[in-house]
Amino acid sequence: MRLINRKPGRSWRISLAILPFALLLIAYLAGSAARLADNPQDKLLPSVVQMADAVERMAFSEDPRSGRYLFWDDTAASLKRLGMGLAIAAVAGLSLGLLSGTLPLFGTSLSPLLTVVSMIPPLAILPVLFIVFGLDELSKVMLIVIGITPVIARDIEQRAREIPVELLIKAQTLGANTWTLILRVVLPQLLPRLLIALQLALGSAWLFLIAAEAIAATDGLGYRIFLVRRYLAMDVILPYVAWITLLAWLMDYGLKRLTRAAFPWYDGGRA
Amino acid sequence: MSFIQVRNVWQEYGDQTVLEGLRLNIEEGEFCALVGASGCGKSTFLRLLLGQERPSRGQILLDGQPLAAEPDASRGVVFQRYSVLPHLSVLDNVALGLELPRAPLLGRLFGHAKAEARAQAAALLHRVGLDHALDKYPSQLSGGMQQRLAIAQALIMKPRMLLLDEPFGALDPGIRKDMHALLLELWQETRLTVLMVTHDLSEGFTLGTRLLVFDKVRHDPQAPSAYGARITYDIPLNLDRHATREAVAALPAHVTERLKTA
Repeated sequence: MRLINRKPGRSWRISLAILPFALLLIAYLAGSAARLADNPQDKLLPSVVQMADAVERMAFSEDPRSGRYLFWDDTAASLKRLGMGLAIAAVAGLSLGLLSGTLPLFGTSLSPLLTVVSMIPPLAILPVLFIVFGLDELSKVMLIVIGITPVIARDIEQRAREIPVELLIKAQTLGANTWTLILRVVLPQLLPRLLIALQLALGSAWLFLIAAEAIAATDGLGYRIFLVRRYLAMDVILPYVAWITLLAWLMDYGLKRLTRAAFPWYDGGRA
Repeated sequence: MSFIQVRNVWQEYGDQTVLEGLRLNIEEGEFCALVGASGCGKSTFLRLLLGQERPSRGQILLDGQPLAAEPDASRGVVFQRYSVLPHLSVLDNVALGLELPRAPLLGRLFGHAKAEARAQAAALLHRVGLDHALDKYPSQLSGGMQQRLAIAQALIMKPRMLLLDEPFGALDPGIRKDMHALLLELWQETRLTVLMVTHDLSEGFTLGTRLLVFDKVRHDPQAPSAYGARITYDIPLNLDRHATREAVAALPAHVTERLKTA
């Protein structure tokens, strides 16, 4: 049988999905054990026990200096920035994309602007943000907003243009004005697209968050990673990275489930 | 004075002429079937009547008044595809037509008004045979049921004119027959003016009271798009079936040939 026609069975599917993770884990454990056997002081590939100790220290015991649980404080600070950034970007991106994609008069001015603005590398203007918005929360949230809003707006604009013109005409023959047409026909059809656009923008949002925290912050997951880097504390960095990955994956999964639950008509394809 | 008056209408896109010198009067309550080969301007003519496009030259009058230049509630339409809103249930697709004109701010009704609109929509859906599918989404319906829904959606507005752009083109022959019967019944009940574009000559005969054949009269082999189509045959159908058959038999071979292959 040709390779292209071979599909994994039900039980194989799970095993095959787990396989690469298992291989990576085994490779890490073997490498870590070998290095530690060589030199018990090695910090590069900490053992599971060392990492568990670090997590215990960071997440489940009070920091001796501040009396706080640093791991959870960092998580809360980062998630707050990320959440605010994503929420603002979602609203701004949806509004801009909707206007630009639905109303030709707006689109003529907005569309080229969005294209150019989306080409600005957000990290390159991070210093500008720090100068303009100061070093506290606002500049970090703004980096996320500026980084992903144009991407979302352009995606929404594209999706708005893909709505068949027949539907817009039909709605007008049903007595819609421009506003109600947007409210009841265009917007509901774009909301699932917005969730998908957010899902795709999650990766960049995390990137901008960590970058901003690494440069100027006093808490946050990115701040902590870059702080303990000075002590080569891989036993802290690796659990933090795993935690970030888990959070990002959960958000991705949550958005996917939300899309399916909130817009049951969307999955069934277009009529 | 006729209900629809088409006065020397031309439609040109750049140097491509699609329609030329169209003159036509349509009375209220007529069922016109528009036939012709692919790309000869039937759908363009329908878009002009719908207000989706404006004629390059000439004028279309509705009841003696120039036609509104954008689609509105006085003209219902059913397309071959994308006629129903995928994000609304069957019931909401029809109720929407009652909500939009009455709620210019929010686009939806609440409370008693909403219940009334839904009841009215449900009654019409019952009439077109969709009462078992009120809560389904259009993507869960078959092609024929989607077109039933699209017709109900158009009729809830009580339009004066119903424009159909190959509404049954994508349906199986059996289902198409059912749809023909339904459409004829609805037309007889409402007595509205219907214009239907079709590829299928026999469909035009079954349904129409008048057959309009679109064809190019002039041809320039060097510039195929230089001349547009006109209405070359205008055949009344409901008067005398026998005379009709003779009139059709008298159609030149190239017209009927192209229609059959189209």
